[in-house]
Amino acid sequence: MKVTLKLWRQEGPDTKGAFASYNVDDVSPDMSFLELIDVLNERLITDGDEPVAFDHDCREGICGSCSMMINGRAHGPELGTATCQLHMRKFEDGAHITVEPWRARAFPIIKDLCVDRSAFDRIVEAGGYITAPTGTAPDANLILVPKEVADAAMDAAACIGCGACVAACPNGAAQLFTAAKLQHLNLLPQGQPERWARTVAMVDEMEQWFGSCTNHGECEAACPKEISLDFIALLNRDYIRAQFKQRRLAGQKN
Amino acid sequence: MSTTSLDARIPEGPIEDKWDNHKFAVKLVNPSNRRKFKIVVVGSGLGGASAAATLGELGYEVELVTFHDSPRRAHSIAAQGGINGAKNYRNDGDSVYRLFYDTVKGGDYRAREANVYRLAQVSVNIIDQCVAQGVPFAREYGGLLDNRSFGGAQVSRTFYARGQTGQQLLLGAYQALARQVHLGNVTVHNRTEMLDLVLKDGQAIGIVGRDLISGEVRSFSGHAVVLATGGYGNVFYLSTNAKQSNASAIWRAHRRGAALANPCYTQIHPTCIPASDDFQSKLTLMSESLRNDGRIWVPKNPSDTRPARQIPDTDRDYYLERRYPAFGNLVPRDVASRASKKEVDEGRGVGPLKNGVYLDFADSIQRLGRHAIEERYGNLFQMYDRITGEDPYAMPMRIYPAVHYTMGGLWVDYNLMSNVPGLYVLGEANFSDHGANRLGASALMQGLADGYFVLPATIGDYLAPQLGTEPIATDDPVFSEAEAEVDDRVRALLSVNGSRTVDWFHRELGKTLWDNCGMARSKESLERALADIPTLRDEFHKDVRVNGDGESLNQSLEKAGRVADFLEFGELMVRDALHREESCGGHFRVEHQTEEGEALRDDEDFSYVGAWEYTGDLANPTLHKEPLDFENVKLAQRSYK
Repeated sequence: MKVTLKLWRQEGPDTKGAFASYNVDDVSPDMSFLELIDVLNERLITDGDEPVAFDHDCREGICGSCSMMINGRAHGPELGTATCQLHMRKFEDGAHITVEPWRARAFPIIKDLCVDRSAFDRIVEAGGYITAPTGTAPDANLILVPKEVADAAMDAAACIGCGACVAACPNGAAQLFTAAKLQHLNLLPQGQPERWARTVAMVDEMEQWFGSCTNHGECEAACPKEISLDFIALLNRDYIRAQFKQRRLAGQKN
Repeated sequence: MSTTSLDARIPEGPIEDKWDNHKFAVKLVNPSNRRKFKIVVVGSGLGGASAAATLGELGYEVELVTFHDSPRRAHSIAAQGGINGAKNYRNDGDSVYRLFYDTVKGGDYRAREANVYRLAQVSVNIIDQCVAQGVPFAREYGGLLDNRSFGGAQVSRTFYARGQTGQQLLLGAYQALARQVHLGNVTVHNRTEMLDLVLKDGQAIGIVGRDLISGEVRSFSGHAVVLATGGYGNVFYLSTNAKQSNASAIWRAHRRGAALANPCYTQIHPTCIPASDDFQSKLTLMSESLRNDGRIWVPKNPSDTRPARQIPDTDRDYYLERRYPAFGNLVPRDVASRASKKEVDEGRGVGPLKNGVYLDFADSIQRLGRHAIEERYGNLFQMYDRITGEDPYAMPMRIYPAVHYTMGGLWVDYNLMSNVPGLYVLGEANFSDHGANRLGASALMQGLADGYFVLPATIGDYLAPQLGTEPIATDDPVFSEAEAEVDDRVRALLSVNGSRTVDWFHRELGKTLWDNCGMARSKESLERALADIPTLRDEFHKDVRVNGDGESLNQSLEKAGRVADFLEFGELMVRDALHREESCGGHFRVEHQTEEGEALRDDEDFSYVGAWEYTGDLANPTLHKEPLDFENVKLAQRSYK
């Protein structure tokens, strides 16, 4: 196969970027999209040019590092697929493919296709955990979790934190990520004591960085783990309920 | 340099009391004094994240350094199958002792008994801890935890979260870590790579790191340094490890005096997707748990060209079930891998390149229904389909062994401290618990055991006497000298301006190692590798090409530093394999095998840990031996028949 890549090159956060065009021949249909960039990079290096910078690591769809807009779609045309698991057999011979970094104000470009997604860490640090210091836990089977609840929590917890939801959102909102992180814990019995405080803390932190959700649903379509939009509804429900539940308990001094 | 002494500091007493006795015997730091101690943790996988979180909870000041953009991306995230815990929830005869026994036996009697027993003991606490954090383990309809069985065991003691157990455990540790960041006890330095270990008066006092975005080289100082930087499987170029996993942190520590133990023990995982072409950048693992419900076979006739489904049972060879009736498809990884290699070497491989064997689910789908199989392995089947374009519900998977895990690593004592005082090593980066072969679902267990339970209990012993001292200032000459050395190395890589890419050298090294120091090794092949590697290394430093500069994000430069270290590390691995004139676990010397082709140990001469000391001359490292005493488990030829 042969393909032509129109690829975003940008030297640094403060420099102006532009598209560059590259022809890549000898593309094997069994190559992953990242292996295509590898091949391009080998050639660029030999020609004395700087290779394309891009984030990647596990290359099996679980670390959430890879982050490319391919033909305007986060992670490319395949549903439920991260860029590293997208294979060239999904493209036509001779295809022209546009490759850009995630596009979102909260994810500033570091270089070429690399962006800074630390805002996601800030949301988790704000409250995306269960307080359970090491050593304090009771026997694991003392906490009963109905199978449906565990399964639903797992559906949310499958989020790989790649940021495709934000990149796909016309508002640059992070509702799907935050909802996934939040509902994983809010659904479980272990997550109940901190449920309301966690909800408010994470949502408020999210609002500091990201745009607002207008229920477009692009995020769900872009998510490589196909996380359901329903979790956003649960987030909204919990956020409203938290406003009432956060009240002081009767008789409590502070 | 020859002051290296390897005292494993194994506590006295019966094996079941050693850990309790030891916890009582070690010195502690009282809660209000802990904030006066600073600990530098490198790596944010299961070992590093759980250690940093727990040390933060205890009140220590922790600086965590990771080259990832977020701690959550560390390679532990990719572990699929599960985590062992000796809970005996299945009532199938499991116990701490059985997990201990299975691990020592599975490791082919090359692990330290006391460490393994402790690992089995804390395995139960790990499951409790993870559940309390909200790890969504698989459940029964009654709400209790579900289990599955795994290779090398006859009980069901593996806890799992679909096929994403590593992800869920790492997120649990990462969330605990995030809480400590929120509370101000842990500071995370992301996109920062450790490039050297710094010693003063023989003690580890910090590291030199490089900010991968600005290129700035800076030091981190602490009362102790903890390395949890993973394994060295990527020395083979093609492995199931994430692309960035590397050995630089442990290699740099080794060059500063830390002994490296058993580097030749590398695990080749039996169930990976075979390579499809020359552009292959890594190999993908298919969880070993698949062997619970999949049957492995090849056509009896090497020239059988019929599609798998059209080959009748009588023309198939279910070779694992035939050769190992008791364990069948669940034999340990090393045994399963070598068996596949034999089939492929003898021409019975399947697929377009005849480089795989079938892993077939037809019988299980018929017995349990498609839905049950989907529940258990849905995401793995999907992953397979995506990579190969073949539907494993309709046709068998093709699998082949690939480098997956490395049992060797920096030598540590019972406290997890290396021979360099103040340098602790956790998880895959150390050598301690798996002997010559690791059992499935035990890596996650060990990473979390080390980070949540072992290190936090032992580090006080080293710190307590230092009460009242400040960490060495980062403008101390030991730091500035180390920074200058790092700077020089970076500059040297940038200035070669040769004609070949870093990946080219990495691939060459990988080929040499896989061909000569892979699943089967011989004196001859190892000597060939020893001749090739130094030449390749020289060529690298004369002819590598790294474009760009050192003052901004430069991924080729990062890779170049890692490959430079692999080119040194690889040689030591081969030397270790050459010196160990026996076969054990993942180390298979063709000269040493039974008549049936199984690994043949030499307990008389090699029942020891081989720990290498760096002497400044890569061709002449010094070997130190830590004898292994087995007081509880009787050494025997492993049998899985």
